[in-house]
Amino acid sequence: MLRNLFKDGDKSRVESDDAPKKESWFNRLKSGLAKTRNQLISQLSGLLRVGRKIDEDLMEEIEEILIQADVGVDTTLTLMDNVREAVKVKGLDDSSELETVLKAEILKLLGEDVPLQLEGEKPYTILVLGVNGAGKTTTIGKLARRFRRGGHSVLVAAGDTFRAAAADQLAIWCERAGVELIRGGERAEPASVVFDAIHAAKHREADVLIVDTAGRLHTKKPLMDELSKIGRVMSRAHAGAPHEVLLVIDGTVGQNALMQAKIFNEAVPITGVVVTKLDGTAKGGIVIAVNAELGAPVKFIGLGERLEDLRDFERTDFVEALFASDATDA
Amino acid sequence: MFENLSDRLQNTLKKLRGQGRLTESNVSDSLREVRRAFLEADVSYKVTREFIERIKTRSLGQEVMGSLTPELQIARIIGEELTQLMGNHAEKIRVAPSGPTVVMLVGLQGAGKTTVAAKLALKFRKEGRSPMLVAADVYRPAAIKQLQVLGEQTGTPVFSMGTDVSPVKIAEAAVKEALTRAHNCVIIDTAGRLHVDAALMGELQRIKATVSPTEILLVVDAMTGQDAVNVAENFNNDLDIDGAILTKMDGDARGGAALSIRYITQKPIKFISVGEKIEAAALEEFHPERMASRILGQGDFQTLLEKAEEVFSEDEAKALERKLTENKGLDFNDFLTQLEQIKNMGPLDQLMDLIPFKNQLPVKNLEPDENHLKYAKSIIQSMTPAERRNPPLLDRSRKLRIAKGSGTTVNQVNTLVSQLRMMNRMLNQQAAMAVPELGPKMGSLPRPKRKARKSRKRKRRKSR
Repeated sequence: MLRNLFKDGDKSRVESDDAPKKESWFNRLKSGLAKTRNQLISQLSGLLRVGRKIDEDLMEEIEEILIQADVGVDTTLTLMDNVREAVKVKGLDDSSELETVLKAEILKLLGEDVPLQLEGEKPYTILVLGVNGAGKTTTIGKLARRFRRGGHSVLVAAGDTFRAAAADQLAIWCERAGVELIRGGERAEPASVVFDAIHAAKHREADVLIVDTAGRLHTKKPLMDELSKIGRVMSRAHAGAPHEVLLVIDGTVGQNALMQAKIFNEAVPITGVVVTKLDGTAKGGIVIAVNAELGAPVKFIGLGERLEDLRDFERTDFVEALFASDATDA
Repeated sequence: MFENLSDRLQNTLKKLRGQGRLTESNVSDSLREVRRAFLEADVSYKVTREFIERIKTRSLGQEVMGSLTPELQIARIIGEELTQLMGNHAEKIRVAPSGPTVVMLVGLQGAGKTTVAAKLALKFRKEGRSPMLVAADVYRPAAIKQLQVLGEQTGTPVFSMGTDVSPVKIAEAAVKEALTRAHNCVIIDTAGRLHVDAALMGELQRIKATVSPTEILLVVDAMTGQDAVNVAENFNNDLDIDGAILTKMDGDARGGAALSIRYITQKPIKFISVGEKIEAAALEEFHPERMASRILGQGDFQTLLEKAEEVFSEDEAKALERKLTENKGLDFNDFLTQLEQIKNMGPLDQLMDLIPFKNQLPVKNLEPDENHLKYAKSIIQSMTPAERRNPPLLDRSRKLRIAKGSGTTVNQVNTLVSQLRMMNRMLNQQAAMAVPELGPKMGSLPRPKRKARKSRKRKRRKSR
């Protein structure tokens, strides 16, 4: 099995051309989730086969698989209750019929796709939050590039004035994406950097302003207060800002992600979630849990380190990729 | 940290209270709860299952002691198993028998390697060693710059060769450089990488083969979910790691990763890293038995004691002791000294985690707030020397003056006055119960309420 994983790892590193197409999104997600799927599928297909009756043992085995995929105990139990109910209503008996039901129930938990749309008075402002090491800066680099390619003028604000060399890291991403970065002095007050950036964005008539913030653990009250302040400063400086508040969550994180989302949401109401690092063996089950338990829609997923590896989250594709039966990789 | 897990375990144990003895049915009821607590704490599914199995066997087996209540029996078994699961005793970083000690840090992106590297450098310096940091992350933008800034902050030289040289070459050159410059520790900060990325894992293997590190430490985010097992397993298979460092332990992650990693790799957790600030105390040695005690909500008195001993001077302790034996009670000067000392022990919320039976304290939902310390300090500093020595002096007009002077309210002043009174009352009660072994150092620390704890503490103190 390890050999398989390495093969996949190799593939995901092969440099390919930009401009992702629709199919390649699916394939990429599929190959990104290949290890997940290999495990989920090999486990699931072992369980769900013609001739095996649907019984409690089977249900428990499915529960086990879902928990191992970081879906979380509560979400798993909810999901399985729904599945049991559906099985009863439809009068299903054979386990091979269960896959469709499972997919449908996961889809229900995932809610509607809510893609990010640039609307409202310019500049459209996006505030990016998350714990340390979640992948905020990288995500911003990818987002900037994406908007730039879409023909928008983009400005990025270096709101992380705490971590050593954070602004330098962002500067390199901005250079790659071909967008301008507004940065304050060393240890400058983040809210003031953001305030200046909004004025700069207005002055330059930029379409989009993306605001980076320092990573912070949600348990640090003063740091969460600082975040609320950034939010307040933004809305004072520009009507409707922040238009979009994206919480970046590391895809390898476990149940703690729910706590993160909850508390960040209290500091600044979140409009969407970005799940990063889904190109590893992490199962991405947290995507389902976050959506189900917080109602905060997942808007993007990160599948690698390349600029184009940030994709719109599409729930049907996500579930299909999760359950696709054969690895016809890109 | 571990809060939710320990809350859950304690609730489970509480349910066993009043039960006459352990039976098949009350054990399996409790264990179902424990299982769920473990899974919600992100302990790997497989580890959870085996852990529960072991506890079940032991609880129903012969070794149950007749004199203990079922609650305590299970708590004891869980505590022992947890300790064993995490590896029984603390393991330190090894020192190379000859030449520089080379520590290589590896892990996923965003785990916290660079921050840990700087904390480790500072720790080595405090121990009188001469570390050198090596910037071997040539991939992440500005990673080298970050290490350089941190190196400057900690006064540690940083070896770098830019981003165009292969990390293998950088590591090789760095160790040579360390030899000529007489650095006895080399800390290699490698780039974050996926454990399934064959090319990049191969690079680590080549670094290992070239510089033969004394220690290869896997840096893992404490918030990692079920995937922690895969990550640890792959890194261990490819590199035969020597141990792990858990980061971001100041969050509310339930720390299941710690249990899984140890179990799967059989390699020790060597440090836990708390806080973003680069300070030596932010890298704590990992003590399995203390951690088990924290998980069971019994606090970690040993660490609290050590932290206290670091900041309380002998003289201060003696002066305090004299006061207590003379039954004089504490005044605001003592209070102020203690506030300073507590502040020196580290962030309040982290100290709170160490307090034994915290959840059973009469005050619920203790929300530690550093600001309270600040207010208390400015209130005391707005008092006259006479007022500080003689708290009963404080009447309404004095309190009003103090409130104005310290930018607080009379209410806040009153609260502080009654806190002092309460503390004195508690101390008197303790003195009446006479536990001289505890010594004066503990006077300022919240004490556990139960007798059972006292005897245990005594034992610990003696054994040290």
